[in-house]
Amino acid sequence: MEKTIIEKIIQSHSPDETAAGKIVWMDLDIRSARDFGGPNVAKNYEREYGDSAPADPAKTFFTFDLCVPACTLKYADNQQACREFAAKHGIKVFDVDMGIGSHVLIEEGLALPNGTVVGTDSHLNILGAVGCFGQGMGDVDIAFAFKTGKTWFEVPESLKVVFKGSFKAPTSAKDLTLYVLKKLGTEQAALRSVEFYGGAAKGLTLAGRITLCSMVTEMAGIIGFIPEFGTSLVGETEPFLKSRYSPLQADPGAVYANTIEIDIDGLPPQVAVPFLPNNVQDVSELKGTKINSGFIGSCTNGRLEDFREAASILKTHKVKPQVMLKVVPATRRVYAQLLEEGIVEDLFRSGAIILNPGCGGCAEGHVGLTGKGEVQISTGNRNFAGKQGKGKTFLAGPAVVAASCAAGEIRSPEDL
Amino acid sequence: MENTIRRGRVWVLLDKNGKLIEDIDTDQIYHNAFLHITDIAQMGQYALGNLEGWKDFPKKCQPGDIVLTGRNFGAGSSRQQAVDCFIALSVGMIVAPSFGAIYFRNAVNSGFPVLKIRGFEELFDRRQIETGDTVEIDFLRGTARNLSKNASMEVEPMCSVQYDIFRAGNLFEYGKMLAQGLS
Repeated sequence: MEKTIIEKIIQSHSPDETAAGKIVWMDLDIRSARDFGGPNVAKNYEREYGDSAPADPAKTFFTFDLCVPACTLKYADNQQACREFAAKHGIKVFDVDMGIGSHVLIEEGLALPNGTVVGTDSHLNILGAVGCFGQGMGDVDIAFAFKTGKTWFEVPESLKVVFKGSFKAPTSAKDLTLYVLKKLGTEQAALRSVEFYGGAAKGLTLAGRITLCSMVTEMAGIIGFIPEFGTSLVGETEPFLKSRYSPLQADPGAVYANTIEIDIDGLPPQVAVPFLPNNVQDVSELKGTKINSGFIGSCTNGRLEDFREAASILKTHKVKPQVMLKVVPATRRVYAQLLEEGIVEDLFRSGAIILNPGCGGCAEGHVGLTGKGEVQISTGNRNFAGKQGKGKTFLAGPAVVAASCAAGEIRSPEDL
Repeated sequence: MENTIRRGRVWVLLDKNGKLIEDIDTDQIYHNAFLHITDIAQMGQYALGNLEGWKDFPKKCQPGDIVLTGRNFGAGSSRQQAVDCFIALSVGMIVAPSFGAIYFRNAVNSGFPVLKIRGFEELFDRRQIETGDTVEIDFLRGTARNLSKNASMEVEPMCSVQYDIFRAGNLFEYGKMLAQGLS
């Protein structure tokens, strides 16, 4: 039978015949937990399995990225409990200095094309950006995965999305992503694997692929793949991909639940309006909306290319007085790149606040939270009511966030 | 054979305008400010704590109550607490037209019944279901009735893995059964 990408990846990790709709047992190449969920994983594990060894400690990891370094006593306790559990079982911890777990797994060569990775991060499907099946799961699933190296999974149907046309700067991967959300809502991709095709997908860098794949979660999808790639992918910033990038391709006769063409020709920058990520408008429709703060970072927009976009604006425009711009690189590796390229200095001199690598304000634990009445524009992926605090969060790409922080109101970079 | 029938009083999650709430995300169900909690017994008090109009749900809810909600319930994060908080309150079941993928499997793995309902919006629009009604649902056969309104409802029965894990108690117990060749 001819297969989609997700069917192929799961098939290569399962003794069962794989087809969309079937529930199969699947072998997991990597299983991980972070400081959210991790302590519960350890607790479940010890309750169910006592001191017995996990299936393979060398394939098992903790990644701390949410409350880093711990700024509350509860998280200090929780992280230490994970470290002690890890030490007992010979499990490696990517500790509070390293940054966002999903990105670290890519950088460390642990999340590989055609691999299977699970962890307690609902955006672990970011790994689709490198052709790997990543999936976020709860602490019961992950404790079971630590112990057995397996999980059950219902093989998802696939949706094919084909981009028509092209866009140019300042429009970037985030704008493309938000526009896809606008078109697909939370229904078209729901519970499906999404394969993105067309020149606009093929030309994406790793950072852009991460942006698009990360928000398949907000489309209610399982994972996104971008099977075609060009030279931009293994370019100068991501040399670690060079030798090993050979993602599986779908068979020509693979069956899709649906195929959707999205015309993105000349797409202008996009903004998601509170309180849904798919509540998306052209930036021009929101021009003049006053903001109090901005955030650049997160697993969706926390890589070098994202900060280059922001710095290209903030090199010549200062953050408006009274506006707070918070900048958080995804990983320590990205932070080093920002230092080398002088981007840290550019952003610092523009008035931005630059923090250590981590998740940022998607959850309480790092920066990017909002107070009642505060209006924030963020490169994050969620703007649900109350998630980051009582304020309102608009979602946009790094260039729009930078331009808006310079203007003190939502603004396209072209309008500065 | 397990008793696969649950009867309970219904809570229909509506907004302040009386509309069904869709896309309720895990931060509205169980806010990230309480993710440091690892003891399930402590989680019930925060259930729906960030869903406008429902902050008092843990006080109003009785053991065995059934929650009915709009589509894509449990969108968002992977937190098990968003399921565990209902287990802590002894909620009998959650029924929705669809669920967030991770949420659904977290519930399955905990042996907590979550069921998909067909035609819920029409049922609601025709006032065939409202908060306070008593419904009876057989989640193995997929038969359901609103006893208060004498109306039938259409639910999807549990899929086989869901039922196997439910019957075992949770994923851990199911895994131990498999390991012993008892499946």
